[in-house]
Amino acid sequence: MIYREAGQYKTSYESDQQLFPIRQDKVFVLLVLAFAFGAVPYLASEYLFRAILVPFLILALAAIGLNILVGFCGQVSLGTGGFMAVGAYAAYNLATRLPDLNLLVVFLLAGAASTIVGVLFGLPSLRIKGFYLAVATLAAQFFLDWAFARIGWFTNYAPSGSVTAPAITLFGHTIDSPVEKYLLVLAIVCVFALVARNLTRGAIGRSWMAMRDMDVAAEVIGIRPLYAKVTAFAVSSFFVGLAGALWAFVYLGAWEPLAFDVNRSFQLLFMVIIGGLGSILGSFLGAAFIVILPLVLNQLPGWLGIPLSTAMISHIEFMIFGALIIFFLIVEPHGLARLWAVGKEKLRLWPFPH
Amino acid sequence: MHNLFQQKWMTGVLLALLAAGVVAPLLAADTRLPQWIEVVLGGLMSGVLYSLVALGLVLIFKASGVFNFAQGAMVLFAALSLVRLMEKMPFALALAFTLAIMVAVAWLIERVVLRPLVNQEGIVLFMATLGIAYFLDGLGQTIWGSDIYTLDIGMPKEPKILLGSVFEGGILVGMEDVIAALISATLVAALALFFQKTGTGRALRAVADDHQAAQSVGIPLNRIWVIVWSVSGLVALVAGIIWGSKLGVQFSLQLVALKALPVVILGGFTSIPGAIIGGLIIGLGEKLSEVYLGPLLGGGIENWFAYVLALVFLLFRPEGLFGERHIDRV
Repeated sequence: MIYREAGQYKTSYESDQQLFPIRQDKVFVLLVLAFAFGAVPYLASEYLFRAILVPFLILALAAIGLNILVGFCGQVSLGTGGFMAVGAYAAYNLATRLPDLNLLVVFLLAGAASTIVGVLFGLPSLRIKGFYLAVATLAAQFFLDWAFARIGWFTNYAPSGSVTAPAITLFGHTIDSPVEKYLLVLAIVCVFALVARNLTRGAIGRSWMAMRDMDVAAEVIGIRPLYAKVTAFAVSSFFVGLAGALWAFVYLGAWEPLAFDVNRSFQLLFMVIIGGLGSILGSFLGAAFIVILPLVLNQLPGWLGIPLSTAMISHIEFMIFGALIIFFLIVEPHGLARLWAVGKEKLRLWPFPH
Repeated sequence: MHNLFQQKWMTGVLLALLAAGVVAPLLAADTRLPQWIEVVLGGLMSGVLYSLVALGLVLIFKASGVFNFAQGAMVLFAALSLVRLMEKMPFALALAFTLAIMVAVAWLIERVVLRPLVNQEGIVLFMATLGIAYFLDGLGQTIWGSDIYTLDIGMPKEPKILLGSVFEGGILVGMEDVIAALISATLVAALALFFQKTGTGRALRAVADDHQAAQSVGIPLNRIWVIVWSVSGLVALVAGIIWGSKLGVQFSLQLVALKALPVVILGGFTSIPGAIIGGLIIGLGEKLSEVYLGPLLGGGIENWFAYVLALVFLLFRPEGLFGERHIDRV
């Protein structure tokens, strides 16, 4: 009843190709944004900002980046953690060596640095396909892990290899409270989610999807595989590198190479698969799921009043996490975004059965 | 093997380069021949162990098209079960019980995970095995505890000195490694026989070639999958015993799966000989680079060297050395 596009006529190409062709969608997204910017800063507690909202937003950004590569272009990557590390260390080096540079510029340059590395490691994708490529991207992960741990220049010769990000100062204002951090991250994520959405529905996004669906056929109809694959790696690494810089500066503050190890890559891949391959919304849903689930599992025995040792809890957490992953894959292999789409379709017809 | 001969020169160039890389350290002035031989032998032997884990991966990939990331978790789970059972009963009995457990795990995986996910895309199945890996890691440590256990099955620990008369000081060879390599070689040979000569082995190969065609001639797909996962559980158990008695049974044991991945892509996902030769190449390259290249680069390169080596091979042969050539058709 309330969610129906009847009567919304498109009379120009612009209105036909707008981001949200259905008015209710547009209103809903604007309401969500208004809530996130206007209401959440007053409602949420400090713990909520620090433990859930900020990591959720940053990881969602990284998941969008990975989703561009895996979900839209079909190139499975297990090196995402490494590319996040490139962004983080690039931002660290830029910020400490050029203290006068605006931090937003630093973040963007960090993304650019990650882009260069991503393209470099993406070039083999022209020859190597499928799981061979997935394992080959692990080479990037392990090499980058090693490089940041062993090459002193990257960490400014910090003896333990752990580095501390400088304070976040934007236009003379120091951002240190959780609310400000949240707003900063939220603004960046919103802008880049919009960029990603528009890229994926434009010509370049369509060439990625053609590549994903069948690369030989795409080549036959005139899509250059080199261009499509390398741009996918470039854009994806930019997002991931930017997220890495934010993760290091805004969320962690101080970190060591272990913060971006192969488990981070797997975690991001989980987000993308559970959220939904080839969906920007899915990246957010997947990130929310993976960020919140361990927190809930961790607290659950306490809420239920079951006394368990911390080691035991972490083992059981592992088990439940694994089981839930399998459960979700079985119930909905296309991810949470698909559930959302099904729900919307149902709502469109409601209250009629079909 | 036929692939090898299709592009003879390319493989020839690769192998020549590899041989050059193996011999290169000898040209350096300060390299001693006995030490070099020790390194090469050590590399080949650890390579056999990598092959063993890789073999489990290849078996499952061949028969069900699943890239099984849980192989490392299975190694850990098998080793943990065996170690804890050995505290209560003699070795042979514990071994039998552990085997039974691994078969049960295989059956459960087929029943609970694979059957509902049949016909899904490869990436979804891969993710599911990541889920299995998490689950098995958690389960193993919940049931059996998470300390470091020593697994002692009576392997000789002290190294032996060979060719003492030829070289000064002779060549040190770890007897443990030799026995482990022999066990692995036996297992590999037994598996090859099983695949080539028995009816079940033939059925397995048929399933590997084409699921639907195999099913249409009456091969029970589900039972075949249970068998394959059981066999790879057995391989995991052997790998767990050998690695466990070398390093102690602990959580880091599951990381051997990460060592096996470059072996698999180098040899080809679908080739058992590829897993063996790939393992030897990776083991050799890793040890040589660690000893001769590592000091130049600041050490710690063993984590990525194998992957980069495999990557270089892949650039020339995108399906690995012995993998099935993939022909794309529109």
